[in-house]
Amino acid sequence: MKSLDVISTAIGNTFRSKLRTTLTVIAIFIGAFTLTITSGIGTGVNGYIDTTVAAIGAKDVLTVTKTANAPTTGPTKYDPNTISAGARARPGSTIEAMNSADIATIRAVSGVLSVQPILGVRPSYIEGTAGTKYSITSNGAGTGVKLQLQDGAQPSITSTGYEVALPVSYVKALGLKTDAAAIGSTVRIGITDSAQNMNVVEATVVGVATTSLGGAGDSVTTNPALTQKLYDVQSTGLAGVAKDRFAQATVTFNAAATDKEISQLKDRLAKDGFTAVTVADQIGTFKTVIDVIVLILNAFAVIALVAAGFGIVNTLLMSVQERTREIGLMKAMGMGSGKIFGLFSFEAIFIGFLGSALGAAIGIAVGSGISAALSRTVFSALPGLTLISFNAGSIAGIIAIVMAIAFVAGSLPATRAARQDPIESLRYE
Amino acid sequence: MTVPILSTHELKKSYGRGQSRFDALKGVSLEIFAGESVAIVGKSGSGKSTLMHLLALLDRPSSGSVNLNGSDAILLKGRVLNGTRNKTFGFVFQQFFLTGGATVLENVILPLKIAGVGSRERRRRGLAALEQLELVDKAKNKASALSGGQKQRAVIARALVNTPKVIFADEPTGNLDSATGAVVENILFGLNRDRGITLIVVTHDEELAARCDRRIFIRDGLIVASDASPNPPHGAHAARATATSEANAA
Repeated sequence: MKSLDVISTAIGNTFRSKLRTTLTVIAIFIGAFTLTITSGIGTGVNGYIDTTVAAIGAKDVLTVTKTANAPTTGPTKYDPNTISAGARARPGSTIEAMNSADIATIRAVSGVLSVQPILGVRPSYIEGTAGTKYSITSNGAGTGVKLQLQDGAQPSITSTGYEVALPVSYVKALGLKTDAAAIGSTVRIGITDSAQNMNVVEATVVGVATTSLGGAGDSVTTNPALTQKLYDVQSTGLAGVAKDRFAQATVTFNAAATDKEISQLKDRLAKDGFTAVTVADQIGTFKTVIDVIVLILNAFAVIALVAAGFGIVNTLLMSVQERTREIGLMKAMGMGSGKIFGLFSFEAIFIGFLGSALGAAIGIAVGSGISAALSRTVFSALPGLTLISFNAGSIAGIIAIVMAIAFVAGSLPATRAARQDPIESLRYE
Repeated sequence: MTVPILSTHELKKSYGRGQSRFDALKGVSLEIFAGESVAIVGKSGSGKSTLMHLLALLDRPSSGSVNLNGSDAILLKGRVLNGTRNKTFGFVFQQFFLTGGATVLENVILPLKIAGVGSRERRRRGLAALEQLELVDKAKNKASALSGGQKQRAVIARALVNTPKVIFADEPTGNLDSATGAVVENILFGLNRDRGITLIVVTHDEELAARCDRRIFIRDGLIVASDASPNPPHGAHAARATATSEANAA
């Protein structure tokens, strides 16, 4: 028998006992559907994290801090040279401050292309044409940081003009009619110096940023020129050493660097007493947690599939029992055991394919529907989040896994069929 | 001297071991020549079915040999053995063994499908075989919808479709009433006479055995007697004419 005939005969046999096949397919469907949804959640959430990574920092950037000598247990000794860890750290946490000398040390490390101190700027308020003052936090736009923009452009790194990107929630409040109208308008940022005198710096709005998970949030993003200006204003009246304090610095390196080279660069920085993390390091832990959750969910789906596998064993054992005579006849007519095995195992694979293809198709439909509904309601505060999204590779993977499980399940009945003795099968006395 | 198409020498077959050992065949030697019709006659338990299984190469003897066209069939193995069985033998069983849910044509072309014949060629030869047995109009019907006589004709079409050299018929009329049984017999003997297909009939029906050229009587695993028909095969022409008309009626 030709392989094509084996396959078409097996498919034909699948539909001989429709009710039995349907019930088995339903069992597989449930497993495949669950697996599709859970892996869809993994894809969706991780995809969202990936797109928001760009808002946190570029791939060729390290965030460098001074390595703390904190004891591993017990309270930390007071160190006068500590500074608030900055906007993105745990509130209240402090790290050892860096100064210009440290920056120079970092610049000297091989592999470092440029280093830029991150200045801690604490503006008091922002004011637009409406005249109402709103309290505000600010982030300095760093090299390679990409905001998710609603409108306008990224604040220029190189420009000497004072540029700012507003979070979308501030546009209306500041008296600007639309996002587009906000571009090019002037806002006033109030900041106090060390003597608690209020100073005002004017800046031009160049962009409106979308709220995103890891990025700007509800803070304005200032370009380096503006950041420096605000820092200078804030530090007015401070002596040299007090002014020369940074929480952290941004290091850029060759964008084509391999993981190994990056880790070597980190090691060199560590030797000089600095801790360096990439964006991937920061996001990595987050993704690991999600991956583990998805893995656990997938494990449950696989348990359902294993249960469905026993359904296949049962279905095919009944088929082999029913078709004893037919198998015997085919063997008497010269059909080889291998082909008989192929006939039954392909039937199992086809049942697996039916269940998994149906499960994946309906899983995609239902998942997309739920995801769209959630984005409109529960997750409306997180634009761009598609909770459940699908990629062709993982769907194909699910179908392949289910078919593999079906094959394994089918091999027991198929072996039994292949071993059947034609004489025993055809006996009727 | 011509070589027999099938022959056995001191063929023995036993099942089980020790106390429960059962000798189904205790040394059977016979020769069957191409174009003959031979009846293997015996009661149930006599060993006649075992003999047929060994002749059809479905089973291996405990000792002795089965020779196909003069060469020892024990040498045939695996794929070659399967191919030989597929091309050389056709089977007609008492209980039909048709797949009820499949069409008559699908049932008939099963040996061709197993042989790996292409689908168009399968269809052509399947319809030709059905044509011979006047079942073409039933080709698309479900096998389960056929009458007993029609079923056995479909089985004969299936046995014929691969143009075998030997047809094994195991109680071919056992499940049929005497009228349809006679029709089926006539068809089988017609094939033997006109196409030279060797016919090996296993039966306990004396009348059916009497129509064969030769009878081999088996009892307790041994040949107890054998005889040849007094009237030569040529004498059956008149009977054949009636057979065809009866086939039409069925």
